Amino acid sequence: MSVHSAGWREASRAAPMFAALGDETRLALVARLSSEGPLSITRLAAGSSVTRQAITKHLNVLATAGLVSDLRRGRERIWELEPEQMDAARAYLEHVSKRWDEALGRLKQLVEE
Amino acid sequence: MKLHNATDRIEKGIVLRAPRSRVWRALASADEFGAWFGMKLEGDFAPGGRVHGQITLPGHGQVTVEIAIERMDPESRMSYRWHPYAVESGVDYSSEPTTLVEFHLEEVAEGTRLRVVESGFDRIPAARRAEALRMNDAGWAEQLENIARHVGS
Repeated sequence: MSVHSAGWREASRAAPMFAALGDETRLALVARLSSEGPLSITRLAAGSSVTRQAITKHLNVLATAGLVSDLRRGRERIWELEPEQMDAARAYLEHVSKRWDEALGRLKQLVEE
Repeated sequence: MKLHNATDRIEKGIVLRAPRSRVWRALASADEFGAWFGMKLEGDFAPGGRVHGQITLPGHGQVTVEIAIERMDPESRMSYRWHPYAVESGVDYSSEPTTLVEFHLEEVAEGTRLRVVESGFDRIPAARRAEALRMNDAGWAEQLENIARHVGS
């Protein structure tokens, strides 16, 4: 029953994460950390209409969901992505993707008969 | 927004050793589509039309699906919208966003290349995605039970 318990753990881990990602600003923050790597609040706020305080608040929500973490470098806090958690967020798409693979396998069988 | 794209769509490609006309029939006929996808569908596919049906795959129980056909360009392209993983009976999904499924057919030396793109997952409510994972897991458990019963353990 290893499939069962692994899937269950994945699902319960993913729920708070989707909630944290269900916000345009937070999704944009995650996207920037994903493409640019670890960034300071100053860098994250540069050129954005969102205040530093608001960004800090959003980063804390993401941190609670385990999506990002911070480390202090000198006087600044640097935020980075927790890749393991992001992998779990992709679990849903993997399930849908697997269902397509199975269906297309059956289609292949049908038309090549 | 690299990440955005990564979670919004699924793309699949497969080469089928069959003529384009044969592959098109398997897509455009609701009966044939249902047969390989694992659904029992009522009605015919037509642009702008809606087809209802039931999932017939093991471990799904009584699950209703609704397919809203958008485009049908014979032997070349077909697209429709639906609620991905609308897997819980008794839940009204009609007010929720749908995903777009597109099939592209192309003639190649070996037969037909079929490309499938399902997009719009980022608009699906977070709770629904989490639930789908849970339901999928329940489906697995049920299937394992079926196997266990079958082998008489």
